[in-house]
Amino acid sequence: MPEPILIPSAEAPPARRLPGDLAIWFFILAEMLAFAVFFSAYAFARASHVEEFNLYQQTLDRNLGALNTFLLITGSWFVVLAVQAAHQDKGPAIARNILLGWLCGGGFLVVKVIEYSAKFGAGISMSTNTFYMFYISLTFFHFMHVILGMVILTVLWVQARKGVYGSHDAHGLESGAAYWHMVDLLWIVLFPLVYVMR
Amino acid sequence: MQFKSQAVAKPYFIAAIGLFVGQILFGLILGLQYVLGDFLFPAIPFNVARMVHTNLLIVWLLFGFMGGAYYMIPEESETELFSPKLALILFWTFLIAGALTIVGYLAVPYATLAELTGNNILETMGREFLEQPLPTKLGIVVVALGFLFNITMTVLKGKKTSISIVLLLGLWGLAVFFLFSFYNPVNVVLDKFFWWWTVHLWVEGVWELILGSFLAFVLIKTTGVDREVIEKWLYVIVTLTLITGIIGTGHHYFWIGTPEYWQWWGSIFSALEPIPFFAMTVFAFNMVNRRRREHPNKAAVLWALGTGVMAFLGAGVWGFLHTLAPVNYYTHGTQITAAHGHMAFYGAYAMVNLMMISYAMPILRGRAANSNKSQVLEMWSFWLMTVAIVFITLFLTAAGILQVWLQRVSDAPLPFMVAQDKIALFYWMREWAGAAFLIGLIIYIASFFVGGDEKEAA
Repeated sequence: MPEPILIPSAEAPPARRLPGDLAIWFFILAEMLAFAVFFSAYAFARASHVEEFNLYQQTLDRNLGALNTFLLITGSWFVVLAVQAAHQDKGPAIARNILLGWLCGGGFLVVKVIEYSAKFGAGISMSTNTFYMFYISLTFFHFMHVILGMVILTVLWVQARKGVYGSHDAHGLESGAAYWHMVDLLWIVLFPLVYVMR
Repeated sequence: MQFKSQAVAKPYFIAAIGLFVGQILFGLILGLQYVLGDFLFPAIPFNVARMVHTNLLIVWLLFGFMGGAYYMIPEESETELFSPKLALILFWTFLIAGALTIVGYLAVPYATLAELTGNNILETMGREFLEQPLPTKLGIVVVALGFLFNITMTVLKGKKTSISIVLLLGLWGLAVFFLFSFYNPVNVVLDKFFWWWTVHLWVEGVWELILGSFLAFVLIKTTGVDREVIEKWLYVIVTLTLITGIIGTGHHYFWIGTPEYWQWWGSIFSALEPIPFFAMTVFAFNMVNRRRREHPNKAAVLWALGTGVMAFLGAGVWGFLHTLAPVNYYTHGTQITAAHGHMAFYGAYAMVNLMMISYAMPILRGRAANSNKSQVLEMWSFWLMTVAIVFITLFLTAAGILQVWLQRVSDAPLPFMVAQDKIALFYWMREWAGAAFLIGLIIYIASFFVGGDEKEAA
């Protein structure tokens, strides 16, 4: 892995160290801004369609949503364990935990596909109404991010298997982990907002 | 110059500047026709002048991109160009085809041109910016493929850097999306839908990659900042550009008959489109501030900083001004669009080409940088043209706001032409600003011929 270029030098006090690369943080902030704009648009649209939003929110499967929340949080936990294992030089645990995190992501996708097929099977589309437009747009946009996160985890897994990460260098692992946590965090906002809040 | 074959860039740059002059002259004719409707009529009607103005812009920018790529790629790949001869053949092919097309626009009525050039075989003409006759369109494809072959082969046989990969991505994207200019369905909604795949995905997608790549190249050369730092910025900018730009196409789908969700998708993603441009501005200033050497070519650095700022203002800010669906409902197709178009094209694409020319031309002429006298003149031209475009943009924005108000918002909306008469004052002021721009351009050209004797050490 190349040396970190954009983070404070190694002499900086450890408390101020930014895990991962500054570039990934810049990217994460941009992604979160995109979701923030989307969430604001949702709130803005809901304000003028409160009854419609409340009515159709009832049709969403909250149990599957909760299951997915559980899957993503667990996935994030495994990725945390992977980073810790790297700092403690526990080689095999790094790849194993990344794989477990990846499987949680895979589980999320499966559950989401089950949910989508029920909705699309019922003839619901982006043009059905404003609520469903937002439901499909937001969850699908997030769905694509889960896939991207899993691609990143795959790269991390391959690198971890090669023994790239350890206490000497966890830079790339931390960068990828930060992105995966963002995917989780966005869902933690999205789920209550779209599925639960009334 | 590190590689002999980089010299093929020179005719491309010269042709680009020549066509740029033509574009500005037709811009002035066009600006005058806004206030003196029958100026030069029937020799050059308004629609023809507009077509020549916009087509010359596209063609000179393409010449600039090709010249820039021919200059940059050998240096990045650390090898001679695959075939300098092919580059020169394509140059003359493109120049002659381009000139014949313009002559065709001016010499015969557009309908006759369509008839003469086989538009009945495959109907592609008559659409804004894609007015070129079929043979010209095919010629563009041939030239683009030959050019891409030449550039790609050079990269393949040499070193592969992030900067050249991003440039290749941009140039291949340019060629691929041009293919949609051949697709002209009878359904007007579909026609418009895919028309934007060329027009929007060029200027708010793949061209931005070319811009980012050129900017990164010149910044590495002039500031001496580590390649790794510059490349990391380039990656972030490219990703942001693609995320916001591709779905941002939605801001063209508000009122053309597409599903309503485009109003949300288009608004949300185009609200984010200023971000990559802002990142580019920060990038340019940050790198110049962290420079490790004082490059003798101050003019090129000025163009680099200028393109960052003006692209952000013109494309980012002036674009965002009217991309939210509820705003666009009122501003669609008014002078607000023209204001945005002028500053965005100048800031992003004219300036990045001028930056590349400014950096490369002295080296192609055998010196690291032009004489002080020549650079001072070039910087004057920078400020004159840039300030002129700022005023053109401001006057058109004022005209646009008034137009929206008089024609669409007020309680007693006026007919189009009546509203046009009432905003004529702003069109006159725009024309004067345009004249100032032409003076800037003349000074720019003069800077090539001044003080060449007192060479700086190469």
